[in-house]
Amino acid sequence: MSIDTLATDQTTHLPVASAPVPAALVAERVSAWFGDHQVLSEVDLVMAAGKVTALIGPSGCGKSTFLRILNRMHELVPGASLAGQVLLDGQDIYDPALRPIESRRRIGMVFQKANPFPTMSIYDNVLSGLALTGRKGRRATSEHDELVERSLRRAGLWDEVKTRLGTPGASLSGGQQQRLCIARALAVQPDVLLMDEPCSALDPTSTRRVEETIREVAGEVTVVIVTHNMQQAHRVSDHCAFFLAAEGQPGHIVEQGPTEAIFERPQDQRTNDYVNGRFG
Amino acid sequence: MSAPTIAGPPAPETQQRRVLTTKPSAQDITFVAASRSAAVSTLIIMGLIGVFLAIGAWPALKQQGFGFITESKWLPEAGTFGIASLLWGTFLIGLFALCVAVPIGFGAALFISEYAPRSLKKPLVTLVDLMAAVPSIIYALWGLFFLQGHLLEVARWISVHFGSFLPFFRVDVPDSPSSFTSSAFIAGIATGVVVLPTVTSIMREVFAQAPIGEREGAIALGATRWGMIRTVVIPFGRSGIVGGVMLGLGRALGETIVVYTIISPMFEFTTHPLQSGTNTIASHIAARYSESGGIALAGLLGAGLVLFLFTLVINTLAGVVVSRSRSGAATEI
Repeated sequence: MSIDTLATDQTTHLPVASAPVPAALVAERVSAWFGDHQVLSEVDLVMAAGKVTALIGPSGCGKSTFLRILNRMHELVPGASLAGQVLLDGQDIYDPALRPIESRRRIGMVFQKANPFPTMSIYDNVLSGLALTGRKGRRATSEHDELVERSLRRAGLWDEVKTRLGTPGASLSGGQQQRLCIARALAVQPDVLLMDEPCSALDPTSTRRVEETIREVAGEVTVVIVTHNMQQAHRVSDHCAFFLAAEGQPGHIVEQGPTEAIFERPQDQRTNDYVNGRFG
Repeated sequence: MSAPTIAGPPAPETQQRRVLTTKPSAQDITFVAASRSAAVSTLIIMGLIGVFLAIGAWPALKQQGFGFITESKWLPEAGTFGIASLLWGTFLIGLFALCVAVPIGFGAALFISEYAPRSLKKPLVTLVDLMAAVPSIIYALWGLFFLQGHLLEVARWISVHFGSFLPFFRVDVPDSPSSFTSSAFIAGIATGVVVLPTVTSIMREVFAQAPIGEREGAIALGATRWGMIRTVVIPFGRSGIVGGVMLGLGRALGETIVVYTIISPMFEFTTHPLQSGTNTIASHIAARYSESGGIALAGLLGAGLVLFLFTLVINTLAGVVVSRSRSGAATEI
């Protein structure tokens, strides 16, 4: 339902300077530690502009840590450290000259557990990214209305909430809350959208909606998604990276490539076993 | 493998419902009885205090009637006494105490829960708890021998600069230090220091419970730390802020020794809190109980009853505010 509305809705009168151009995200030799415990070892991965990259692998293989490194959330964990670099459009997001908030403004994130601001209205939730980065302005404007509608449409939530935009975010169901979080992340027009198992707590209908949304925004936004659901990775992604950790061996990428190749013609036996559900 | 079966529509309710029983063990029965009687006894003690105060105060309340609340003078020998000025003094000192304790407590709570590095967090929490455990006689000594001397100049400065156009800050003889030494202002600020740890620790506890998911959500949107605090932590902790303020107020109203040590007692409505001379219910009771008998003692018990009810109401309200909110559900106060 949101596909056709999206196609006709191309006006942009945003407080943001220009329409987003998706940017490639490149991880180079990324390693990560929690204290002395190394969880990732020299991960190289190119997340192509405007494409969907899925990170798959069993629990504890470091893929969520890797995702959190991509927008500097990893460093919020006490004792966390890392090595290597992450390039957004060629610029290292860990450049000391760059503040973390600058990177996070361009690289949005959707979490495993939906986390809308519960007492804030649905409307304000969508605009919260602008408000938090000082781009909202004082007064309500029709541009805000448009942005809210467009973001909610892109997240496939508009029709369900358009009559009650003033109600608190907490009043929505779990699946709706997650789509609200996607709308909130899209409203700031990020170049990249990171998704950490966004559907793991959702029912199949909500999951399908979120997957539709991912396919719709791909092209405009570079999407990186962590998922445990092989069918989902197969359905939504263009590229896949298979992470694995073993006893005494930190997480690393075993195999990566176009999704079709990973699922149909995996080169590594472990990848083959994993994507066919034989372990993990 | 057998073929799946398809169930028909459920029959109307004909089935006998089972009665579920859980038979407690002897240990359970003993333990429940012991803990229940302990819980009940606290309520009984509380009730007995109220009843005792009410009975003891009855002769005074009967004699003075409504005048007990509205009369300022305390002349039991002459047959007129009331707690009006005491109530006002108690309120003023509570107000000054909150002026100190709330902003500092709020800031300290935010710092400890949000900004302090991990190595500093634990020691700070312990320190605040220790501050709450220091007997108030220590604060009273400190207030008397240190704070009083230093606050004199502050009081004088406020009086000189604002007193000319705000009568509230005026004193009669601004040149004499003794005009300032024993005022509601100084006693209030010393009391504020006493209640500061309480306020800080309630607020910190609630702030620390702000959900990590919402915090990360705000940060991932590009919020600064302060932006995240404003959007997530403070709205979440709002009830803790209110609860902390009220609990601090409850403690400030009842603070005795600090006030008693600093003020010089006076039975008038003072509209000049910077000037020496004020009184509170608690301090008045402490000052007079040993020399009072008969109707005068009944009057003191009546004052105690009023204070008891006040603090009961305020603390109950604080408890309700905190526990009603989603942030306070797990907070103990």
